[in-house]
Amino acid sequence: MSTSPEDTKPVQDETKRDFLYLTAASMGAVAAGSVVWPLVDQMNPSADTLALSTTEADLSAVQEGQSITVMWRGAPVFIRRRTVTEIEEARAVDVSTLRDKETDEQRAKRPEWLIMTGICTHLGCVPLGQKQGDQKGEYGGWFCPCHGSHYDTAGRIRKGPAPKNLVIPPYEFLTETTIKIG
Amino acid sequence: MASGKREQFENPVVEWVDSRLPIFTMMQKEYGVFPTPKNFNYFWNFGAIAMFMLITMIVSGIVLAMHYTAHSTLAFDSVEHIMRDVYYGWLLRYIHANGASFFFIAVYIHLYRGLYYGSYKKPRELLWILGVAIFLLMMATAFMGYVLPWGQMSFWGAQVITSFFSAIPGVGESIVVWLRGGFSLDNPTLNRFFSLHYLLPFVIVGVVFLHIWALHVTGSNNPEGVEPKTKKDTLPFHPYYTMKDTFGLMAFVTIYAVFVFFFPNSLGHADNYIPANPIVTPAHIVPEWYFLPFYAILRAFTFGVNAYLLVGLGLAAVAFYPLFTKKKGSEISLILMAGIMVFSGAFLLAGYFSQLELDSGAKALVLPYSDAFVDAKLCGVLAMFGSIALLFVLPFLDTHPVRSARYRPWFKIGVLLLVVDVAILTVCGAKPAEGFWVPLSQVSMLYYMGFFVVGIPFLSKFEPIRDLPKSIHQSVLAKPQKIVVKG
Repeated sequence: MSTSPEDTKPVQDETKRDFLYLTAASMGAVAAGSVVWPLVDQMNPSADTLALSTTEADLSAVQEGQSITVMWRGAPVFIRRRTVTEIEEARAVDVSTLRDKETDEQRAKRPEWLIMTGICTHLGCVPLGQKQGDQKGEYGGWFCPCHGSHYDTAGRIRKGPAPKNLVIPPYEFLTETTIKIG
Repeated sequence: MASGKREQFENPVVEWVDSRLPIFTMMQKEYGVFPTPKNFNYFWNFGAIAMFMLITMIVSGIVLAMHYTAHSTLAFDSVEHIMRDVYYGWLLRYIHANGASFFFIAVYIHLYRGLYYGSYKKPRELLWILGVAIFLLMMATAFMGYVLPWGQMSFWGAQVITSFFSAIPGVGESIVVWLRGGFSLDNPTLNRFFSLHYLLPFVIVGVVFLHIWALHVTGSNNPEGVEPKTKKDTLPFHPYYTMKDTFGLMAFVTIYAVFVFFFPNSLGHADNYIPANPIVTPAHIVPEWYFLPFYAILRAFTFGVNAYLLVGLGLAAVAFYPLFTKKKGSEISLILMAGIMVFSGAFLLAGYFSQLELDSGAKALVLPYSDAFVDAKLCGVLAMFGSIALLFVLPFLDTHPVRSARYRPWFKIGVLLLVVDVAILTVCGAKPAEGFWVPLSQVSMLYYMGFFVVGIPFLSKFEPIRDLPKSIHQSVLAKPQKIVVKG
């Protein structure tokens, strides 16, 4: 490194150089990181997107055996007023045989109302089963037409490629007939 | 680039520029007198054709961007505005939309040419790897471009593809939210896709420059796979290959024009003329045709990795390990390999059938500990990316000294079957994932993976090394009987 012929302590000088290189390089890395972070973080949901985090829904018009779909954070939420048979079917299943082991009680705060995000846990399609004539799959719940996932009357995955049950969003009953999602 | 002695140009303007920036000297050296093997067939046209398509896509894309609006409420209408109101808008859009397909056709032929004639082998490994990088960038660009019209296929295709990343354990969901810029696919996603769709083609131009630079260091491979040795083996690039490339390009562009003018929507999906609707999924989400083989590989995984599959894969790795060592073919015991493979196969089948659900809902084979610990979704995503990753490492998997399939009869069978295999995967990707199509795509996926992971290393060790022609010149002269002289 040193060009001076009078330099009598080359070894010590090497160590000093190494130290200077390392400190300079680490400061450079910190500087680069602090420039890159804003470029990465700008892609996260912006404040106005985050602000739309709750939705209220009126359930008074929904009859037994009917479903409605409401939008929450840009995605559909399925709300189904289940029939007695549907609830019984969901409860009769042996939980240990399920892919994603959840009891019906864990999935519905009030047995009559099943509220869940209508996004297939496989690759994000909207499953069929909300409308009267829809294909409901082999377990009488929902059926995702994209890659053939079958969900039961508690929205649990029973057959097909999806790894998880339909996700239950955070929600609470404000009155007997209104809920707040989010 | 050019240093040392420089020939003078007669034209004073050219000479004035060239003495200050020797760009004409460089063009003369790289595209004028550049020595090129004289035995090219028409497969060697597709690099130039791909270059033409890249320029076509950039030019038509830039003018389309003058009329397009990247907003979720306006994008669909702005595309219709291009089609109905903008002068020649319909033509520009059809050139761009069909151009994507024809760009991929050219690149797939170009890529397969390299595979068949061993163009990826030493000393052209980096040239090949840069090419695969271009292919990957093209896939990203094409995907994001398809999202821009914000029709139903745009929206749901993007939904499926961004959901791939949710398969990553732990951080997957956060990555998906970060990619989409929201909790669902919406305007922020469309905006960033437009930005990147505009950027990536220029990144491709940069990598293409490196690709061509690397090509001009090693020179082109040729159908015989033998390096040129003397001047007799080569021709100057101009006029011989400028003419041949132009002729091939004319033929290609003619077919392209037939699609643009007469069948402009035949390669697309009617569903994409329905505006995006986040509540309704189309009955059948299909990607563009050029992604179908990869989509079929993704969907082939109706099963994950469970204990049996892991043991089976482990045994297969033990069986095939000698293929990846420096041992010679004669030192490898094929009997031992086959013996271990029998056990491996038994475990693999057990792992597969213990996860296979029959129509009754029961498993085909009931075994303890058959739950998958790497789920099907993650396996599918990894296999899909893996199928492209294999192309990156191909130069290092194939250690056979002979390049061209012309002199590798075993490899030739395997690589021709690969075309059939990818064609089957393409069909499987277009069909719904049910019934007969599922096992067919699984078998085809197995062949694709097996060809690269096991087949190529196996052939590298065991395929006999044939005598090669002494030179390109000699091999060209050795076939005069094919030329019929009339008169």
